Amino acid sequence: MNQREKEEYLREYAILKTQGKPFWPYAVAKDSAMACVVMAVIIAMSLVLGAELGPKANPTTTTYVPRPEWYFFFLFEVLRVIKPPSLVPLATIGVPTLCMILLFLLPFYDRGPERRPERRPIATATGIAVIAAMAFLTYQGANAGSPTTIEMSTPSTVTHTGGSSLAEYEAGKKVVAQSGCLACHKIGENGNSGPGPDLSHVGARLYRQAIARTLVNPTAPMPSFKNLPPQKFTAIVNFLSQLK
Amino acid sequence: MPKLPKLPAPPLPAALQEAPPRPSEGKGPSGPLEDAKQAGITVVDWVDERTSLSGATRWLLFRKVPKGTNWFYTLGSATMFAFLSQAVTGVFLAMYYRPDPAGGAYESIRYVTNDVFLGQFVRGMHKWGSSVMVILVFLHMGRTFFFGAYKYPRELNWVIGVVLLILTMVMSFTGYLLPFDQRAYWATIVGVNINGTGPLIGPYLSDFLRGGSEFGATTLSRFYAIHMLLVPGLLAALIGAHLYLVAKLGTSAPPWQKVEKRSELREAEV
Ligand code: HEC
Ligand code: HEM
Repeated sequence: MNQREKEEYLREYAILKTQGKPFWPYAVAKDSAMACVVMAVIIAMSLVLGAELGPKANPTTTTYVPRPEWYFFFLFEVLRVIKPPSLVPLATIGVPTLCMILLFLLPFYDRGPERRPERRPIATATGIAVIAAMAFLTYQGANAGSPTTIEMSTPSTVTHTGGSSLAEYEAGKKVVAQSGCLACHKIGENGNSGPGPDLSHVGARLYRQAIARTLVNPTAPMPSFKNLPPQKFTAIVNFLSQLK
Repeated sequence: MPKLPKLPAPPLPAALQEAPPRPSEGKGPSGPLEDAKQAGITVVDWVDERTSLSGATRWLLFRKVPKGTNWFYTLGSATMFAFLSQAVTGVFLAMYYRPDPAGGAYESIRYVTNDVFLGQFVRGMHKWGSSVMVILVFLHMGRTFFFGAYKYPRELNWVIGVVLLILTMVMSFTGYLLPFDQRAYWATIVGVNINGTGPLIGPYLSDFLRGGSEFGATTLSRFYAIHMLLVPGLLAALIGAHLYLVAKLGTSAPPWQKVEKRSELREAEV
């Protein structure tokens, strides 16, 4: 906007303002009506949906659903879409930071005098696209559950050996299924593909020690599982190293 | 120009002058009934004489709102109302809450939910109020975006608004941990880890949030202080600045609103 456009805007705005109604009581009445609606919605949600409280936090058992409040789902989904570890920083902070900077600076790069949405096609289309993308990602996030069972055929190497090896395998499968790993990893047909890598064949990729080291000292955003009871921990490592 | 002395008002003709009260009317000029009638005005006058607030109040309340202002313009104040509701219900929750990760936090929330009179109701209002507030912030931002209300001269108000948006999200992130149940605990660990992957300040940010390199006893009190003191204070102050700018600049008119110039204004323009 150049000086002439600014002055023209201020002049037209001053006219519209003199033709308007006073804030009190006209705008205040509308705002109060809206406040009553907001209050009614909050009270109704509280009465209908209540306030649940899950089991107490416990670092040594991980039957948890590592899910944020629903309005952060879209961020979590960005993480799922951009998977290679080298790109994770980009997904987690890079994209949101970039969006925030673009949002902050909006009035400084969009300086045209036009205000009607239909005459600002780029801005309006971008706005609608962003809303659609966020709605889609939130929907995806809402539907990405965290299953607590693993259904897959036992590898033939394990069934052949049988005995204690098979028992270890089954025990580990149960712990992994209940420990929320599937929220971030895919094992066979189970779980979400991302943000973590597919674990269906980790045993072929990593040695036992490497798997154990990852569990104790993982790369973010994976939480550390070093507080698990030792026998659960070994069960996980045994199970994963048999996935070849 | 030197100030000219004001001429005294011309005396009114006797016929137009107000008749003095007759002795039979009331009990004189300072009877208790008159005093009671005047009490409100007296108090307001007393305060105004010492604060000069009436000018500001008049400026705030009797400014004009441009023609064509519609229901979309109530979204901002609805957001503020949701914030106030969060503040009030939050105070009640704070009366019971103990930021003690060893079990006190969870127990205090369990106590509020199950045993306190209307406790679950107030906790539910706070919990769902946060969702309502986030939705309203986004709707309000959408309104200002599509109406082009961030353009000259309201750029600064947009920038303050973005800070308000971030602070609102920080509130919900820090509040999520406080009940300290399994879901809160593990979701927050993952959330803090995500912060840690950020470029440059990422690791420092997550260390700051955890209060060390480990998720430990100080983490909960940090989240509690941030959620209870730091961010609400900032939010309240910035909402004040945001509203001051709205009152000073006036809310924008809807972009479709036509300006019909009245004849006397058109003449003035020539
Ligand atoms: C919050 C999401 C998340 C959860 C929950 C999670 N992980 Fe991970 N995990 C990741 C990410 C992301 C990586 C990739 C890190 C990297 O490659 O540097 C990873 C990597 C791994 C690796 C190394 C894989 C490889 O190919 O390098 C193993 C093994 C692993 N996770 C096992 C587990 C197990 C077992 C559990 C459950 C007890 C679990 N993870 C829970 C996110 C998660
Ligand atoms: C805590 C959150 C917020 C509160 C309480 C709040 C409150 C308000 C109120 C009461 C108004 C008056 C006009 C109206 O109601 O539409 C307003 C105007 C405005 N707000 Fe906000 N707001 C918040 C967040 C935001 C955000 C996130 C943005 C954008 C990034 C924003 C940008 C603006 C702008 C540009 C105006 C001027 C609009 C105009 O003049 O038409 N605000 N705000």
